[in-house]
Amino acid sequence: MKIFEALWQREKTALAFAFAAILLIPLANAMGWVSDLNLNLLGRYFCFALAALGIDLVWGYAGILTLCQALFFCLGGYCIGMHMLLKTGTNGVYGSALPDFMVWNQVKTLPWFWEPFHHFPIALFLALCVPVVFAMTFGYFAFRSRINGVYFSIITQALALAMWLIFLRNETMLGGTNGLTDFKTLLGFQLAHPAVKRTLFVITAVVLTSAYFGCRLLIASKLGKVLIAIRDSEQRLRFTGFPVARFKLFAFTLSALLAAVGGILYVPQTGIITPGRMDVKNSLEMVVWVALGGRGTLSGPILGAVGVSLCYSFLTGRFPGSWLYFLGALFVAVVLFMPQGLAGALQQLPFRKRANNRSSTDIGPAALAASMAGTSDIHDPSGDAQGTGADPLTTRNTTAGVTP
Amino acid sequence: MNLILQVEEVSVSFDGFKALDIKYFELEERELRVVIGPNGAGKTTFMDVLCGKTKPQTGSAIMADKDLIKLNEKQIVDLGVGRKFQTPSVFGSLTVWDNLLLASKSNRGIWSTLFHKPTEAMRDAIDRVAATVGLTRHLSSVAAILSHGQKQWLEIGMLILQDPKLLLIDEPAAGMTDEETEKTGELLLELAKRHSIIVIEHDMEFVRQLARKVTVLCEGRILTEGSMEKIQNDPEVIERYLGRSKRRDENGQPVAAVTAVGTKHG
Repeated sequence: MKIFEALWQREKTALAFAFAAILLIPLANAMGWVSDLNLNLLGRYFCFALAALGIDLVWGYAGILTLCQALFFCLGGYCIGMHMLLKTGTNGVYGSALPDFMVWNQVKTLPWFWEPFHHFPIALFLALCVPVVFAMTFGYFAFRSRINGVYFSIITQALALAMWLIFLRNETMLGGTNGLTDFKTLLGFQLAHPAVKRTLFVITAVVLTSAYFGCRLLIASKLGKVLIAIRDSEQRLRFTGFPVARFKLFAFTLSALLAAVGGILYVPQTGIITPGRMDVKNSLEMVVWVALGGRGTLSGPILGAVGVSLCYSFLTGRFPGSWLYFLGALFVAVVLFMPQGLAGALQQLPFRKRANNRSSTDIGPAALAASMAGTSDIHDPSGDAQGTGADPLTTRNTTAGVTP
Repeated sequence: MNLILQVEEVSVSFDGFKALDIKYFELEERELRVVIGPNGAGKTTFMDVLCGKTKPQTGSAIMADKDLIKLNEKQIVDLGVGRKFQTPSVFGSLTVWDNLLLASKSNRGIWSTLFHKPTEAMRDAIDRVAATVGLTRHLSSVAAILSHGQKQWLEIGMLILQDPKLLLIDEPAAGMTDEETEKTGELLLELAKRHSIIVIEHDMEFVRQLARKVTVLCEGRILTEGSMEKIQNDPEVIERYLGRSKRRDENGQPVAAVTAVGTKHG
């Protein structure tokens, strides 16, 4: 199968990582070599990586800097949190059918918008739909009005701030500052049980892997080229006849969806979701992960999200209070010495040179996309692309990125 | 000859300053029209109006029974108007081939773009156009590394693939070497066999090479129209535009090349 061959050729490292994450690490955990705590931490970082992947699509490729991804992350997370809290039922601290925070806020009946969250399928559906519809609505008006560049970023930041303030209020009936916590079960499984935790980790790893390869195919398709074209020259693209606003909306909505999926997987593994997760700082941090990992590389953002979060865990334990200095130093170092981010720097390591000599002259997003272009046939659902291996076009495009 | 474009009473004001005020302008099918005029004459604004980038306060521009002024950019593109900008605007981080692929005629929807597979005809067309604009050897290069002239040709190539009825080309020779300029001229003459073209140009040598009907814009108005011969001998044109340079060549003709207009803007 050409698709697997192409994946194996170009994505050996990614496949190795996916294999480790999906099989080896959970296995090591089951054997007791990796602690439950560390497994759980890594699982949560994979959720961040999903959000970072979305940011890379919309910012790294399409060039639209969005500063409200933590909001979409939390919208997904809150939805699933509401479901789990309702399932806690009378097992809560106060023994009431209502969530604890409603009891101490003297709320007598469950607010209407909590009702659908009794059922898992509906809750999951809403967890995906609410952020997506939110992003679509907001994006529709923003892109239709041609709000571009820094203005778009500022508006998304204002949006993140406004939503954070709304979620902080007790009157919103979402737990105010304390957020939602005290989850016991999901689909009847005890969340505290190590096997359940391990399963959640595996699911997260599988979702992250699928999202990564899904994004790879997307970027290798013509649509991926259109996204890059938006970044390069939006005007040219518009006068080439593309409905630019619609493509931007697509990228923005997709990134919101990825963030929401991250949030949905994050909350059961963390056991709490508060407005603190969606404040302005958190959205910025997500962008920093992508910048550090390498814009427009897809693997970089995952590396950035997991790497920075691991550093955070480690350093806040050893040197509490000086984490931000480390983050700052890391950021300065990457900007100075690794203009392509961590992913770009790794590509240029001496022992990888040979494997990458096709694109070693330019390992920027374009060359990567171009070197992936040869696989653009593999997503073709009809499958009639398989005989075109010796096609001059394919050959030509796989050598793209080499500067003659 | 059939008219492809009919512009009437178009006026554009920026903060009260009248940038464009065209009483009447028409273009025939397969006509190559050169628009000249001093800086600030409204040449680029005129093109912006035709491609929908700028909306005029009044007037109409009828093409194929539709008023361009009432359409948005995409509708205008769909109607068959292609625009080449003054500064080369190509997709720098995509390969030349990809640039041409994006310009090729195909459904511009999201899903059809996602599952798009270039047809054999499309690949042939891309190869043919690449040969026309002399970029065959560069198909797999990233567009950003092309020379200035090659970028201009790539953009023209993208326009050809769009296959518009009307091409609007803004200063194609700006910043080109003499040799490149001449090649560009040949390219435009070749294109004019199949398309209607409006070219803005400053370089009078280049205009002479195209040697077609010329429209002189000045302060937003059409000063005069006619053959190169007529334009060069029009006292008003000499006074307002060409004649700023008092130099004459050995035949007593005004030397109307670059010196007349100073450096190119943009």
